[in-house]
Amino acid sequence: MGIAKNSIFGEALIFFITDSIKIAILLVAIIFFVSFLRSYLPPEKVKKVLANRFEFVGNILATMIGIVTPFCSCSAVPLFIGFVESGVPLGVTFSYLVSAPMVNEVAAVLLLGLFGWKIALIYVVSGVVIAVVTGVIIGKFKLEGWVEDYVWKIKAGSTAVEDTKILAQRIKEARQYTFNLFKNIYPYVLLGVLLGAFIHGYAPENFLASLAGKGNIFAVPLAVLLGAFIHGYAPENFLASLAGKGNIFAVPLAVLIGVPLYSNAAGTIPIVKALIEKGLPLGTALAFMMAITALSLPEMIILRKVLKPKLLSVYIAILTVGVIFTGYLFNWVM
Amino acid sequence: MEIQVFGSGCPTCKKLYEMTKQAVLENGLNFEVKHITDVAEIVEMGLLRSPALVIDNEIAVAGRVPSTEELKEIIARHNM
Repeated sequence: MGIAKNSIFGEALIFFITDSIKIAILLVAIIFFVSFLRSYLPPEKVKKVLANRFEFVGNILATMIGIVTPFCSCSAVPLFIGFVESGVPLGVTFSYLVSAPMVNEVAAVLLLGLFGWKIALIYVVSGVVIAVVTGVIIGKFKLEGWVEDYVWKIKAGSTAVEDTKILAQRIKEARQYTFNLFKNIYPYVLLGVLLGAFIHGYAPENFLASLAGKGNIFAVPLAVLLGAFIHGYAPENFLASLAGKGNIFAVPLAVLIGVPLYSNAAGTIPIVKALIEKGLPLGTALAFMMAITALSLPEMIILRKVLKPKLLSVYIAILTVGVIFTGYLFNWVM
Repeated sequence: MEIQVFGSGCPTCKKLYEMTKQAVLENGLNFEVKHITDVAEIVEMGLLRSPALVIDNEIAVAGRVPSTEELKEIIARHNM
């Protein structure tokens, strides 16, 4: 290294290079593995597995399958209708709908690369618990009447979907998917790592701890709230400035910010890492990340097509409470 | 040959629609590509994933956007 290691710039540069290489390797390896695995679990097969399942066992199964499922919010409506039409219980369908976007392999990879396996595991386990609980609650209260009536009238077809049985074809598709996804998210990751590197190098130590520390009980709900509104438009340092005002609302605020941020989730995590190093409590950061992935505003708008406002509100409420609770739990435990 | 692209209007779905039109053109064919965005029709087709490419009522691609090369190959195969 030609640049002195002890200089702030040198430190930021090393932080940037090591993190971006590490994440690139992890991303390619895990996205490829997950997309290969998921070629064996198309939704058409999942639907059959989950139809007429007992509640709870079905919720757990749906959540597990949801983890490896990619989730484009544009598939939410056909998926929802197709599931309930073929006898998948409403609560089980919701477990899948929560888990698919919330427990996301890209977020897990970034957490693994930047924070280590413990945090990545905590993220996955919290997501699984929230998905199962949300589904069980909705199932228990028999809220089928709060689904838009036309949903029950649609007759789902059963046209056979392409079956890519040949191993070479599965590998080819997984490779293509990995390449495309990597190409789309890596620039954001690099940007995030770059910003993170400079926060790492230049922000004063314990700056955030004093502003959004553990004493600040509203930090988690505030974080959740913030997560809800930005979705790719707000500058990343917005969170730092908001969560850093000695504000007890920081957690809900972070969640609120996370909701509209979905498309930039990949770029947010490296920044969150730097913020944690500067003293942002882990629970607040976790709530923020989960809000980004699960409480996506565009997805809520799409789901409104099939859910009556009452059910949509219940769904959003349970998720929000779950995410905020997780945030507080980890601020309290860690 | 009836070529339909099913999608609920998301950017990925529009991309598949545009790419399919392009692939038809590059194959030197003159078929109209229909873009179906009605959720009921998507579900009635038995689709759970979007976007999807349906040729002559057969689901050729679901839940992903293939490369232009693959699209051309799929269209050529169905046109035989």
